[in-house]
Amino acid sequence: MQSSPNPGLSVNVAATATSSAREAIGSIPLRMKISKVNFYYGTKQILFDINMGIADKRVTALIGPSGCGKSTLLRTLNRMHETVTSSRLEGEILLDQQNILAQDVTLLRRRVGMVFQRPNPFPKSIFDNIAYGPRINGMKGPIAEVVEKSLRHAALWEEVKDHLHKSAYELSGGQQQRLCIARALAVEPEVLLLDEPCSALDPISTAKIEELLVELKSLTTIAIVTHNMQQAARVSDFTAFLLIGQMIEFNPTPQLFTTPSDPRTEAYITGRFG
Amino acid sequence: MPSAGAVTGSRSFLAKLRDGDEIARLVTFVFAATVVLITVLLVYELWINSTLPRHKFGLHFFVTQVWDPVMDEFGALPFVYGTLVTSAVALMIAVPLGIGASIFLAELAPPRISDTLQFFIDLLAAVPSVIYGLLGVFIVVPLIRTVIYPAINKPLGSLPIFKGPSYGVGFLTAGIVLAIMVIPYIISVSREVLLSVPRDQREAALALGSTRWESTWKVVVPFARTGIMGSIFLALARALGETMAVTMVIGNTPKIAASLFAPGYSIAAVIANEFTEATGELYTQSLIALGLVLFLLTFVLNGLARLLIVVTTQKGSGVSA
Amino acid sequence: MNARLRWRKLVSNFMLTMTGVCAFVSVAVLFFILGYLLFNGGTSINWAFFTQLPKPVGEVGGGMANAIVGSAKLLLAASLLGVPIGFLGGIYLAEFSGAKVASVVRYAADLLNGVPSIVIGIFAYAMVVQPFKHFSTLAGAFALGLMMIPITLRSTEEFLNGVPRMLREGAMALGASKWKTISTVIVPAAYRGILTAILLALARVAGETAPLLFTAFGNRFWSQGWAQPTASLPVMIFTYAVSPYEDWHRQAWAAGLVLLGLILIINILARTILSRGIAVPRS
Repeated sequence: MQSSPNPGLSVNVAATATSSAREAIGSIPLRMKISKVNFYYGTKQILFDINMGIADKRVTALIGPSGCGKSTLLRTLNRMHETVTSSRLEGEILLDQQNILAQDVTLLRRRVGMVFQRPNPFPKSIFDNIAYGPRINGMKGPIAEVVEKSLRHAALWEEVKDHLHKSAYELSGGQQQRLCIARALAVEPEVLLLDEPCSALDPISTAKIEELLVELKSLTTIAIVTHNMQQAARVSDFTAFLLIGQMIEFNPTPQLFTTPSDPRTEAYITGRFG
Repeated sequence: MPSAGAVTGSRSFLAKLRDGDEIARLVTFVFAATVVLITVLLVYELWINSTLPRHKFGLHFFVTQVWDPVMDEFGALPFVYGTLVTSAVALMIAVPLGIGASIFLAELAPPRISDTLQFFIDLLAAVPSVIYGLLGVFIVVPLIRTVIYPAINKPLGSLPIFKGPSYGVGFLTAGIVLAIMVIPYIISVSREVLLSVPRDQREAALALGSTRWESTWKVVVPFARTGIMGSIFLALARALGETMAVTMVIGNTPKIAASLFAPGYSIAAVIANEFTEATGELYTQSLIALGLVLFLLTFVLNGLARLLIVVTTQKGSGVSA
Repeated sequence: MNARLRWRKLVSNFMLTMTGVCAFVSVAVLFFILGYLLFNGGTSINWAFFTQLPKPVGEVGGGMANAIVGSAKLLLAASLLGVPIGFLGGIYLAEFSGAKVASVVRYAADLLNGVPSIVIGIFAYAMVVQPFKHFSTLAGAFALGLMMIPITLRSTEEFLNGVPRMLREGAMALGASKWKTISTVIVPAAYRGILTAILLALARVAGETAPLLFTAFGNRFWSQGWAQPTASLPVMIFTYAVSPYEDWHRQAWAAGLVLLGLILIINILARTILSRGIAVPRS
């Protein structure tokens, strides 16, 4: 599904204490690398000197209290921030060693997909929702196959295979969100960004999607923003903790949750604030 | 009514107080009821004053081409035809322009520019019909006669819709003037409807690698399509009832002709021109019958339009396709 | 970037530019109209236009003094009919009525608003001209007044409903009766909006021609009182514009400029005061 990542981006083990400038990932290659990123809405600065990486074929979670900038950071990864005219990004974001800010944005967004907080299917049939991406990108191969493949990857195929031409709005909330995941997968992205994908869903749908994410990472690199710490702990391989626009800690998930290296991280995960 | 006993004084005070409110309620009710009364009366009068042609011609009224006051032969067909053709021409011009402009205002223009332009569009809607007629007579008519007709007739004159001589007035001229008049309605309503489409529809499309146009045209506009249809119905209703501008440029000829350059007539125009000169009850009542037809047409269209627009602006918050 | 993407981007840029062109053209029409009127009408406006009566057919010169006064009389009388009905009816809707009655009244008002103006003229003819057997200012005013009712009614209701609960409850807590609350607190709080709505209604009917054609009809001279036919600006514009006389065309432009100027000024004033437009679509 994607070209092999550039080995020149892999970083060696460094098990010492993290600071916001360190990338402690081990020998796993990075799909995306974020360096010295500062972000502003007009004159107000939202992100301060962010440095981190998104590990290839792993799940990376962004956690932190409301307003810490985690969604903002996520949205820079596919340049969705550009839909707001007052936004300004400084720094470098690399996808496979190429700066995404210098690339064509339409092309980038096919390679880096996104699933949103509230399910947002198009006012079309289930089939046409999934087919939308492949159609506009002129992907080769029969569309019906692509649709079925994507729906299977999203664990939705069995439930909708006989109703593909019904309106997407007839699905339940959880099903609609899986539809949106399938829709994003249909263009075969190299990275999939999920912005609090379960916050509008019931616990059962949430569990289904969490299972899905663990399976999907063999298919595509995943970055997920979540305000639910337990979800991050369940689902992700790496976690980044942000507080008021700064990256406080970025470590493999088991390490961050059991032996956090920053007292602020510990305060957050033990529920002293947030 | 004061009753005997110690509470007489306060009871009458309370009664007076209540009466004050009651009077207010009654008075304002009467005025509100008057509105309903007027509307009912209007329909009644239209009906009652068009009985003669209804009895004499029946449904034939709608399919007769002849309009001959001398022989007391009246048929609505030329006027219905003219009304429909000019409205169709108007929509064919106004709908693409209007929707295009509303897309610009809703999706592309920064809010302040969008609001400013919308302000000017609202002013356009306030220009009275007779002024459009004035401009139609002195600008559009010569334009058709000297520029547009020669340009189209030379190469395409063999086609029935472009045949024949042109005096400047006619279906096309009226259609063009009508188009200018109804564009503001399409723009205002479509813009509002487009603005109510949830942000994340467009973002979802962009996130799949759509160009800006693709996200607008393939996702946002379809989401709003019901409301946009509503705006078109509204514009159509306006075009159907339009009197003065059409009267001044349509040519006032009660004939059905295939060519867009031919002079014609519309329902509103014939009423405007001939009502005061109608001799005899049948003549006058036939014109009133035409008025009733016009009323019914616009009534249905306006109702549909309202329904469609309300449905769409509510849809923005819910999820029902 | 492959060829297909390049094409898609080209299409995108082109189509988006076209939408800008559409918007530009639509707005440009307004300025075009204004420009033409200013040019053709501005040169024809003179003192005579405002003070003289029309000259006999075929003679050059004269003015539209009677039409200006006629329009003023029509609008005055129309307001006397339309405003009280709309205003008091609106108070009923906002303050007294139950939901079902309210929806019936609102529906009737919307229906009335959607009636083509020429059909309103027919109605006015049947009600006021036929019984008295002649055209009159009153008949014209009746037609125009009817057209003012829906806008006034809906706007009054809207603005009254927009008055914050706090104000109402404050007054009632002091022991004011319902009517006292309405007349001394709520209406004053909403009067600016209602007034501007009335102005907009006036601006709308000031330009109406069709309903006057067989109600107020027309008059080459001064119209005495209210029971005589009267000239009006819009009808004069119509009559002069379709005539074969050059001088009449010139005067039609002048009249058009005066009429449109007045209407636009009222609209701009009213809308800026309101800052948000009134959402009552014209039929």
